[in-house]
Amino acid sequence: MSTATDSGYVNFFQAKKGLASWIFTLDHKRIGLLYFYSVLAFFLVGVLLGFLMRLELIAPGETIMKATQYNQVFTLHGVIMIFLFIIPVIPAIFGNFFLPIMIGTDDVAFPKLNLLSWWLYILGALFALSTLVVGEGPADTGWTFYAPYSVKTGTNVTLAVLAAFILGFSSILTGLNFIVTIHRLRFPGMKWFDMPLFMWGLYATSWIQLLATPVIGITLLMIIAERTFGIGLFDPAIGGDPILYQHLFWIYSHPAVYIMVLPAMGIVSEIIPTFTNRTIFGYKAIAISSLAIAFVGYFVWGHHMFTSGMSGPARIIFSLLTFLVAIPSAIKVFNWVATLYKGSIEIKPPLLYAMAFIFQFSIGGLTGLVNGALAANVHVHDTYFVVGHFHYVMFGGTGFAFFGAMHYWFPKIWGKMYNIKRANIAFAILFAGFNLLYFPMLIVGIMGMPRRYYDYLPEFTTMNVISTVGSWVLIIGLIMMLWNLINGYRKGKIAGNNPWGGVTLEWQTKSPPPLPNFLKKPELPEDGPYTFK
Amino acid sequence: MEQYVLPNSGHSSNPEASKLGMWLFLFTELLLFGGLFLVYMVYRALNPEAFLIASYELNITMGTINTVVLLTSSLTIAMSISALQKGKKGLALYLMLATIAFSLIFMVIKFFEWNAKIHHGLFPGMEHYQSLPHGESLFFFLYFFMTGLHALHVIIGAIFIGIVVVKVGTDEVTGDQGTLLENSGLYWHLVDIIWIYLFPLFYLIH
Repeated sequence: MSTATDSGYVNFFQAKKGLASWIFTLDHKRIGLLYFYSVLAFFLVGVLLGFLMRLELIAPGETIMKATQYNQVFTLHGVIMIFLFIIPVIPAIFGNFFLPIMIGTDDVAFPKLNLLSWWLYILGALFALSTLVVGEGPADTGWTFYAPYSVKTGTNVTLAVLAAFILGFSSILTGLNFIVTIHRLRFPGMKWFDMPLFMWGLYATSWIQLLATPVIGITLLMIIAERTFGIGLFDPAIGGDPILYQHLFWIYSHPAVYIMVLPAMGIVSEIIPTFTNRTIFGYKAIAISSLAIAFVGYFVWGHHMFTSGMSGPARIIFSLLTFLVAIPSAIKVFNWVATLYKGSIEIKPPLLYAMAFIFQFSIGGLTGLVNGALAANVHVHDTYFVVGHFHYVMFGGTGFAFFGAMHYWFPKIWGKMYNIKRANIAFAILFAGFNLLYFPMLIVGIMGMPRRYYDYLPEFTTMNVISTVGSWVLIIGLIMMLWNLINGYRKGKIAGNNPWGGVTLEWQTKSPPPLPNFLKKPELPEDGPYTFK
Repeated sequence: MEQYVLPNSGHSSNPEASKLGMWLFLFTELLLFGGLFLVYMVYRALNPEAFLIASYELNITMGTINTVVLLTSSLTIAMSISALQKGKKGLALYLMLATIAFSLIFMVIKFFEWNAKIHHGLFPGMEHYQSLPHGESLFFFLYFFMTGLHALHVIIGAIFIGIVVVKVGTDEVTGDQGTLLENSGLYWHLVDIIWIYLFPLFYLIH
């Protein structure tokens, strides 16, 4: 590992050498980077699968793969992107790396448990990948494993479900670790409302990871039992109730959506003050709205099942609660925009990604309201509108926040700076590619194209071609972005300790940070975490 | 440059943090069983008759003995914590070993119960099980799944206490540094509490 050398101290890259010093490390920064490399690798696999799906959909009929293969590809794409990428991406990478630094401590509360979470992540990933080579091939059920098909299909559902179970454990342990760290290890004098907002995002996320994940764990075990013994839990052919499965599944999987997006909102709340050189507008509102989203998020799972068969009153209540989530989300968006107002704005790559987050997340959020309205839902349910909606929230939101975080903290983690101009160009291509890829899905969904088919009617061709071309643009942008960062890592200029003029604690220490994070006492700002002079 | 030492290190021992971590872990355990309780509730509501008939197959005497055994074991582990805090290491060890002994008694009784059911062909997948009405077979599936998962927790809890016994023996866990013992106690109480709910749900409701 070559790193920037700042004489006079030993950074965490230099503290120890060798493979074992990485894969058995207890240092939260190294564990964060282990997650970084592994999550990024799976992200690229997921991107490749998505690329293949778009290629199949460039024209009606069978183009490059058969129906079953297409089903397997979209299932694997979903499983990888959900369980291996978007759930761990921000908490496990940047949460691990920066949570202890930003609250002024040297590690998480349980370093060994932290390492165990990474190992469980790898074990779960191996299970997920083993479905490719064992038996009947990867599951073809969709990432939701809906019964009764998941009980009947001959593909490797059991292995895929076990993978999700193990990854769930990893997620729970990370959440547990973060909650205890935030409660017990804040720097003396740092009160709850003195924490940077990224901490609040992680804190709310951790509670969801802790309280929702066990439910999916036990549900997935029941799927395995059903497949093994034919109990009649979820398969209606033998007396089971498939709707019960959907309830149990979404009791976890809807809150999980907030596991994916809350940390991303935290990232945006960090980037915007730094590049506007002013304190964030409505600190407490943003902090508390994170908890509000996490709380209300538990009670909206039924909106995935409006067409599955639910009583009228249940649907109305779930629809109302779904609309309620929009309030804390909008509070955040308005506060970010208000922070920009009359700020001294420096347009740098991290800020561009944060802007893209606000734009795309707003589209994702507003289309979410269309899905959440009962009458409209009947029309758009299981169409490409839904696919467009959640990619706008997940990729356009969380994915772009992840890229933003990479550009924001790159100089802190590696001590070097990438080429700003090329980063801006890569951003522009990514942004264009993203919207070209997903906006046509919203349109074609309204027109009535159903999701999860390898084929479609000829009148949807134009939009699908635009979308597929968009996927190529997106991938070009992605390659440019990664290439620029790798170049920055290899031969970038020394970045210095605080290249952006940030005021949270991570900018007070060296870049890259030394093993114990702080060589001298960190100084807490007097008027909250975002005090700019 | 003199080395600055953070006052709030994650690597130093922090009993409050350990206890908080244990409590959070217990929440996840409750939700793990919570999913099963939910399924039980739904299917009991849909098949009240069948669940009632199936529950007559269970042996209330053995269930009651096991409940008493487990409650007593919770008492002994709680007493061992007090004993260690008062500096009576020998007594604490004796009480912890008693807890492990009770857990073994529980597992032996459980073994005989399960064995009798399996002998009658009531385990999921067996011939007699397949011929049962749907509601009754669901009852036995849930019975084996939930008491089985609980038994797994009993085994893990007993091993946990076993590790603490060794650490108390070598004075790694003492009255002042007793968090590990307290955490094993917390875990053991959880095992107990879940059984307190399983027992009436499967054996007693008529």
